[in-house]
Formats: sequence, C-alpha cells, structure tokens
Amino acid sequence: MTAQDSQVNSVEVHDLDLSFGALEVLKGLNLDIPQGEFLVLLGSSGCGKSTLLNCIAGLLEVSAGKIFIQGKNVTWAEPSERGIGMVFQSYALYPQMTVKGNLSFGLKNQRMPKAEVEKRVARAAEILQIEPLLKRKPGALSGGQRQRVAIGRALVRDVDVFLFDEPLSNLDANLRTDLRVELKRLHQRLGNTMIYVTHDQIEALTLADRIAIMKDGVIQQIDSPKGIYNKPHNRYVAGFIGSPSMNFIHGRLARHSDTWMFEANNLTVPLNKYDFTTTPEPDMPVEFGLRPEHIALGDAATSQPVQSSIVVELVEPMGADTVVWSELAGTEFTIRTDSDTSVSHGDQHPIGFNPSRASIFSADSGMRV
Amino acid sequence: MVENVVETDTVPQGPRPRRAFSRTNIMLYGTLIVVALYYLLPLYVMIVTSLKGMPEIRLGNIFSPPLEVTFEPWVKAWSTACTGINCDGLSRGFWNSVRILVPSVFLSIAIASINGYALARWRFKGSELFFSILIVGAFIPYQTMLYPLVIILREIGLMGSLWGLVLVHTVFGMPILTLLFRNYFTAIPEDLHKAARVDGAGFWGIYFRIMLPMSLPIFVVAMILQVTGIWNDFLFGVIYTKPDTYPMTVQLNNIVNSVQGIKEYNVNMAATLLTAAVPLLLYFVSGKLFVRGIAAGAVKG
Amino acid sequence: MPTDAKRPLRIFNNLSAKIASIPMILTVLVVFVGGTAWTVVHSFTKSKLLPKLNFVGLDQYERLWSTRRWLVSIENLALYGLLSLVFTLIIGFFLAALLDRKIRGEAVFRTIFLYPFALSFIVTGLAWQWILNPDLGVQQVVRDLGWASFELNPLNNPDTVMYGILVAGLWQGTGLIMVIMLAGLRGIDEDIWKAARVDGIGTAKTYLKIIIPMMRPVFVTALVLIASGIIKLYDLVVALTNGGPGLSSEVPAKYVINYMFRAQNLGQGFAASTMMLVSVAIILIPWAYLEFGGRKRG
Repeated sequence: MTAQDSQVNSVEVHDLDLSFGALEVLKGLNLDIPQGEFLVLLGSSGCGKSTLLNCIAGLLEVSAGKIFIQGKNVTWAEPSERGIGMVFQSYALYPQMTVKGNLSFGLKNQRMPKAEVEKRVARAAEILQIEPLLKRKPGALSGGQRQRVAIGRALVRDVDVFLFDEPLSNLDANLRTDLRVELKRLHQRLGNTMIYVTHDQIEALTLADRIAIMKDGVIQQIDSPKGIYNKPHNRYVAGFIGSPSMNFIHGRLARHSDTWMFEANNLTVPLNKYDFTTTPEPDMPVEFGLRPEHIALGDAATSQPVQSSIVVELVEPMGADTVVWSELAGTEFTIRTDSDTSVSHGDQHPIGFNPSRASIFSADSGMRV
Repeated sequence: MVENVVETDTVPQGPRPRRAFSRTNIMLYGTLIVVALYYLLPLYVMIVTSLKGMPEIRLGNIFSPPLEVTFEPWVKAWSTACTGINCDGLSRGFWNSVRILVPSVFLSIAIASINGYALARWRFKGSELFFSILIVGAFIPYQTMLYPLVIILREIGLMGSLWGLVLVHTVFGMPILTLLFRNYFTAIPEDLHKAARVDGAGFWGIYFRIMLPMSLPIFVVAMILQVTGIWNDFLFGVIYTKPDTYPMTVQLNNIVNSVQGIKEYNVNMAATLLTAAVPLLLYFVSGKLFVRGIAAGAVKG
Repeated sequence: MPTDAKRPLRIFNNLSAKIASIPMILTVLVVFVGGTAWTVVHSFTKSKLLPKLNFVGLDQYERLWSTRRWLVSIENLALYGLLSLVFTLIIGFFLAALLDRKIRGEAVFRTIFLYPFALSFIVTGLAWQWILNPDLGVQQVVRDLGWASFELNPLNNPDTVMYGILVAGLWQGTGLIMVIMLAGLRGIDEDIWKAARVDGIGTAKTYLKIIIPMMRPVFVTALVLIASGIIKLYDLVVALTNGGPGLSSEVPAKYVINYMFRAQNLGQGFAASTMMLVSVAIILIPWAYLEFGGRKRG
C-alpha cells in the first residue's frame, strides 16, 4: 500500500496463510475488494470459504499474511475493532435478550451514548421493517424474522464492510428467495462492501458483482457471474457452476490445414469459431465442455454450426424445462430443452450446438485452452 | 356395498382385544412391584424404627408399624445424642455440613464453569493437555493424593478447618464439573460466541452476559451433583476435619457405631434419616434434573 | 500510509482465559500430578510418623505383600468387585428393560429404584446393618414366624460378610446403572424394534442379539463407572462392619487410611496406595487404548 493509490480498496488480503497444525487451510491467498462491491465466496464445503471470512472478521488467527480493511492493517486487531458487521448462518441471536437488546449489545459494549444507540436501533429497525418485533425475544420469531434481526445487528454498527456466512442456508426455499431479493435491495440502498459466503450457486449468481470460486483453500477464479458462467478458467469451475453440470467429452485437438478440430470417438468439431485463450498444440488431450442449455434439440438443431444425433435414454421434466439424458461420443450427455419439446425414451433426435459457446480444457492441467 | 364387503374381509372388526391383564403384563408389573418393594424396604424400616420406643423394638417385629408413635428418638438424635464426650447431637454435624456445603458448591461450580468455558471457546496452547490430565485425574484413587493434600493444607494453615475441606471438595469436584460445563458450552453454537466477539465482548463479557444467562439448567444440574456428593462425603470429612468440625456423615457414623453404652436403635435410625434428609429431599424435589445430573456425571467423555 | 500493526506477544494472547485457568492448572500440576508422584516416591521410603526421604527400595512392598491384612483386603475387593460388576450390570439392565416396555407409572418406579443412590454409603450401611441385625432384624422376624433354624446373619460371619456388604452396595448403586441403561435403550432407534417385529424376532432374542450389541458404548460407560466405584469402596465397609469380624471385611482403601492416619506407618500407606494406583492403571490403560486409540485409527 502506498499513498499514491488514489482508490483505497475496501478490503485487501495479502498472501494469507492459515494452517491448523499440519493441515493447510488457506495458502498464499490474495484478494482485493473495491469499495461497495458485493463479492460472493463460493465453493463446496471444506474449501476454506468460511475460514477466509472468519479470518477477515478476526475470529481466526492467521498464520501469515496481512489483512487491510479501509486501508488499515487489521491483521491483529480484535473483531470488534475492524469496522465490520457479521451475519451468521445460525442467526446467532442472544436468546435471553430482546430483539432490541440484541441490536444494542454491541453498541453498549462500545459505551456509546444512549440517545445514539436508540437512534441507530430505530434506523436499522426501520430499514428492515422489524419495529413491531423490538420487544420480543428471538425464540418468539420466525426464521425469516430472526435473520432480519441478525442483519440488523450488523446494520446498527454503521460499518463499511458486511460479512455474511451462509446467511440464508437455514431458511426454506421460498423465504430464501424473498430474503435474497431483500439483501440485494439493501446493498443497492446502503452501498456497503459486502462479502458473502455460500455454497448455493444460484445465490452467488444472482447476488454477486463478482464471484470468487474456492477449492482447497485457493481461489480458482474471481470474475463477474457472467464471466464465471461463460468462460470458466478451469475444469473445476466449469463443472461446479451450472445445473445440470457441463457435459465433458474427452478427445484430442488436431489441425487440418488452417482449422483446429476437436476429435473424439465418432465426433469431430471444427473450432474455427472458438476463441482460444492459449495457443493450442496439435494432438493435445483435452476435454470439450458444453453446457446442457447450449445444445439445440430437434428442428432447432439444423440452424446450429455443428450437428449430430443422440438416442434419448431418460427424460426428466423439471417444469419450466426438460432435461434429456443420453450419450454422445461414448460419454454421458445431458441436454436442457424447453418443456414443449416432445421427447420420450428411445427416440432418436438430431442435436446441434455452436462451438463458440463451448469451453475446452487441457486434460493434463485442467486449465482453459 | 362392495367396499364394505372388502373391508370386512381384510380388517378385523371391533376394537382390538384388550390386553391389560395378559400374562406378560402380569409378570411385568408383578416383577416391578416386588422389586420396588424391596428397594423401599430399608427406608420403611428406618422410618418405623425411628418412631418406636426401645421396649417396643426389643419385643416387636422390625417390619411392624409402631403401636405408639414417639418423636423422642428424633429429638434425641438431633440435640442430645453423644459422640465421645460431645453430647449435643447431630445438630453440630448438620451445621458443619451446611457450612462446608455452601461455599464448596459455590466455589467448585464457579471455578469449573469458567474452566469449562475457557476450554470450550478460548483454547490456548496446552489447555487440552491440562484438561486431559484433569480427566485422567478423576480416575486416580483418592488415596494417592490424600497425604500430599494434608501437607498442603497444613502449609497454608487450613488443616482441620472447614475451609480446608471446602478446598478439597473444590479440587476433587473439578474434573467431572469441568467436563460437564465444557460439553455444555461446546454444544452452544459457536456462531453465538463469534457474534458476541464482533459485538466487542471479551472473555468475561461473553461469560457473564451471554453464556451464564443461557446455562441455568446446567448450573442446576451441577448444583444437584455437588450438593449430593459433598453432603454424602465421608472420606474427606474424616481425614481433613477434627471432631469440632466433623461433617454430619462422620458424626452419624460415630454416634451409631460407638461402642459405649446400650444401642438405641430408634435414635440411630432417626439420626440416619436426619442425615439422609437433605439429599433425599433434593432428589424428590428435583426429579428429572437429578437424573440428568447423575447421568451427566456418569456418562464420561 | 496504513500503520503496520505488530503481531501481539504470544503470552498476552488469550490472557483472560489463561488467568481463569490458573485454578485448574494448579490442581492438575500440584494435586493430581505432583501429589501422585510425591506419594509414589515416598512409597520407597521408611517414613513412619512423618514423611522422610530415607529410601529403602522395595521394602515397603515386600512387607505389604506379606501382610495378611493386605492379602485379605485384595481378596475381598476381588470378590466384591467381580460380583458387584456382574450383578449391577445384570440388574441394572434388567430393570431398565422392564421400564422400557412402555409401562404405566414409569416415573414412580424409576424414582423408587434410584432413590438409594441419593443416600450416602454411611446411611446405606447403617440401614442394612439394622435390617441384618441378628437379634432384632429379618432373621428374628422369620424365626418368630416359626422357622426356628432360619439363618440370615451375614455380617457376623467371616465367610459371608462380603456378601452382606454386596447386598447393601447393590441396593445403593443399581439405580444409577439402570438410569444409564435406560438412557441407552431410549437412544435406540424405534425403527430397530419395528424391523425386528417385521422379521418376526422375539422380544428376548431382540434384546440379546440386536439391542445389547448396539449398546456397547453404554455398557462400557457403566463398566468404567462401576469399576471406579469398586476401587473406592471404603465408607460402606466402615459403616457396616468396620472391617470385621476380625479382618474378614478389610478392603485396600481402608488399609491405606489405617496405615497413614491411625497406625502412623506412612511408608506402608504410600506403598498400598501406589498399588491401588497401579491396579487402576492396569484396568484403565487397555480400556483407554481400545476406546481412544482405536477410534483414531478407525
């Protein structure tokens, strides 16, 4: 950090290491989060995303590295001195205090004047519309109300950075959708920096300005939701995002005259429209990735640059659309099509797709080609 | 019509046959009642004996209810029964026990709950090691630690005093109580602790403002465990106190098993019941919590 | 320019927790580790009235194992321990299984079976001493009923005195094991019983072949509990017989206390208590190894 950096990042993490004994949970992790960004840390359980959040909050002692919040080195500061507010998965409301007591506990610990405490509580209650609940105890609240109070507890602290640790995971599906929208609205209204941990990719894609996908304590890719979805950096990210997940066909790259081709068992795909990230090598073993929703089935297939045909093995109607399971080039292959298409077990159908929407990964390194 | 026919064919009609007096049930309840009577027998015998006069005891049957109820044995046991040269009854032992009990229970629970809290949420280098030794220590026979404690108490000038015994009870109550509190505090969601830290509460703040108010049941369980254990203690009482400060159990044993004089069984039984009264009362009043307490104390690790 | 925060010193990290743990650390170091080591060291000395470091090697142990009183104590404890272990487990499980049959008045029965556990060993001992009194107790009642040769006087007969103590001990302690077993039975999935019924397995067989094997951890807990109680056996003997008649109901714990505090032969007391420690270790170390060592590997 130097003074001439005109824009101070809201949160910066430099070369962060964390290990419990011999177990390395985070390895040389770097992360810069600009002011006002909504960053989602996404990954399967055990990937270190919650650990990273706890390090930023100061709830875990780091083994090496530095953490800056609003330009201040807070690596060794107490959680309450870092200018953060945190919302937990289990709400973590103090059961013996009223909602008002929960909201004001932190402020009282700061020895803030009573009038100011009242003002802040009132404002947070107004924003979250929990004024009627202030005198109740957490036990008398519904899950959604509890989570609102938990958010309120972060809100009253009037901090620059909000940390969310899977805040919606304990709620049922409908409520989760409602609160998700509310969270986004809250972010738009307050403009704070928010770091949000989840394992739910829908939450990540809908909420985030940027998503950081983590695996084994390392950030695999950090990008906008669109970037992550369309141009995954590696095989792991490609397989992690999207449901049903991307189809992968094993094969090789080959060069015929001027055109690169992907060749598998009985499938050849010309790659003249594919946007290579790195320079390909002839005869390179690769995985050809294609999202189920980027494959046209039936009549629509004819307008696509590459065509083939499949035999339907299984049909899963999912309401808005239908997932068709089949086989292509010797591997399992799923296609997502709209629910009007009539397909049934055993049918043969033409399929088509555009290689420019595909992702190709080196079979050795797993990186995007 | 068709539906009805089908139903009569497949479903037995009428209520299920009553099985209240089935052979299994008679055996089940029969066994339970016989066993229950056996368990109640000593209490019953103690009560009837304590209400009889000595002549009636000598002539009569140990099980027969008193022909003439007298409370004299109770009065004698409480205020004039003799141990050695002291003839002021069990009352002295009772008050000694109370004076030992109250600070012991308070001190042992205060220390163990803070230990358990530190072990559950504020681990430091070595804390787990100390805890492991503490738990292993619960299995060391007291006999190997009795004499070193005599020396320690003598050095700090508490040997023979009530406060010395309080210290001994606090030390030996620590393993099981610490385990009890540690397990309880570990089960409280860690997020709560984290939230309180983000809210700026420290070690003591979280203990007093968050953990303590949430943990009343476990404090009651620990209290039951300690009151019963300390009140019923004999070994430490006999070793670390002197006749003036003997707790009730020691005094009771001295009264009943003293070799001098004629045996007054009615007074003895009254004295025994008086000594048993405190834990029995606690047991019958606290019921489920008592069971939870001993189960918690019993199920180690 | 952001200030470069320094890593705080390690000792001050978590300082309150460390201060709060001082009583525990002192207890562990001074009493549990220090006290035990002190006793073991002094068991190799000739200490009489006062502890002295005049080492005599294994003399105290040789004397210990050639003292009849100690040998009787060990024999008594072995007999009492074995029987108490077996009967407490059987009776405790049996009562728990009866109470688990969805009976009416379960709470009443449970309260009755458990109340003796609230009583001290002294109270237990004195109550049973009175019931077993040969002149006025049960023996006399039965004789008065016409069976003149009836004999129930275990406490005054050297051959039976330990059984008399056992009866009192079982009366006091079975309730606790019943409660633990009952908790174990309640922890077993209701569906296991349904599955056994669907498979047509009888009640007794279900207990024997399915339920008891599933309750292994509960049995281990109960076992450890009973065993650690057996070693401590002291108050009950003092109240019931005070070691008599003669030496016939002496136990190790009593031996230790007699030599330390009455006979003023500290070295002997230390050697005897060290032997108690060794026997506990012999029982506990294999158990701890099986329980915890095995768990780590699995």
